[in-house]
Amino acid sequence: MDPAAAKLIGAGLAAIGAGMAAIGVGNVFGSFLEGALRNPGAADGQQGRLFIGFAAAELLGLLAFVVAMILIFVA
Amino acid sequence: MHQFEVQTIWDGFSIGGHQIAFTNSAAWMCVTVLALWGFMLMGMKRQVVPSRGQMLVENFVGFIDSMLAQNVGKDGKKYVPYVFSLFMFILFANILGLLPLGVVGIHPFTFTSHFTITGILAIMSFSIVLIVGFWKHGLHFFSLFVPHGTPLWLIWLIPVIEFVSFMVRPFSLGLRLFVAMTAGHVLLKVLAGFVINSSNAGIVYGLGIGIPSFVLMIGISALELLVAGIQAYVFALLTSLYINDAEHLH
Repeated sequence: MDPAAAKLIGAGLAAIGAGMAAIGVGNVFGSFLEGALRNPGAADGQQGRLFIGFAAAELLGLLAFVVAMILIFVA
Repeated sequence: MHQFEVQTIWDGFSIGGHQIAFTNSAAWMCVTVLALWGFMLMGMKRQVVPSRGQMLVENFVGFIDSMLAQNVGKDGKKYVPYVFSLFMFILFANILGLLPLGVVGIHPFTFTSHFTITGILAIMSFSIVLIVGFWKHGLHFFSLFVPHGTPLWLIWLIPVIEFVSFMVRPFSLGLRLFVAMTAGHVLLKVLAGFVINSSNAGIVYGLGIGIPSFVLMIGISALELLVAGIQAYVFALLTSLYINDAEHLH
């Protein structure tokens, strides 16, 4: 395969990672909401953990974006 | 892309063959500091009955204060100035970079979309963790890599994993902010390109593609404002968590 074409295909495939991170972020907030609606009193105290989970899930999606950018512009 | 280009405003001087120039990046850092200064001046009168500005500033300070109290505990008090400056600086930088000042000919430069800047901020947080950790616990700080209750037969593996996850912290801290801001601005740029190109292609394309893209852009702009706040918050939150590790080990 032409290397330039392979690079672009690889960058496109990296978008799968971004989509997966979207599932992860949705899962974090969805599960939080599910728990928060069962026990609203405890919800406020868990906000920090919510954002830690969000940050961890989001980072992996951002890394997929970095991979795509590196493939297109750097490699 | 043009909005991410660092341009020299003043040539400056050179040290050892390296040019130290005043760039638009540095200029917007100055603007951010000035804006932050102005913001803080609103709340520095120490009135017993706070004015609106003082309420706003007090809310921000109280927010960071309670975050550190929650995550670090009593010892977190002395880090409030650092984490607060970090949070406000990033927040103001992110939001100033989003302002549509290009309409009047001033092009904002989001310096948090450059890894050099976010990397330095991350290194600052990381070195505070290292300095505090070694200052307070001495070589005992290395027990951070062996969490409580590690089974004896895993003693060869767990420290390696913990060490890698510890060393990756400054990178993930800086990378997250940098990529989140870059991705947001690229997304807005792409959508703006849709609007302009489809409008140039004729009225059918303009109405069919340009208008929906424009509406989407408004929504994404709102999302970007949210992201600007969340990323500043996450940066401060993770910094306070790492400081907690340094203060209390595991």
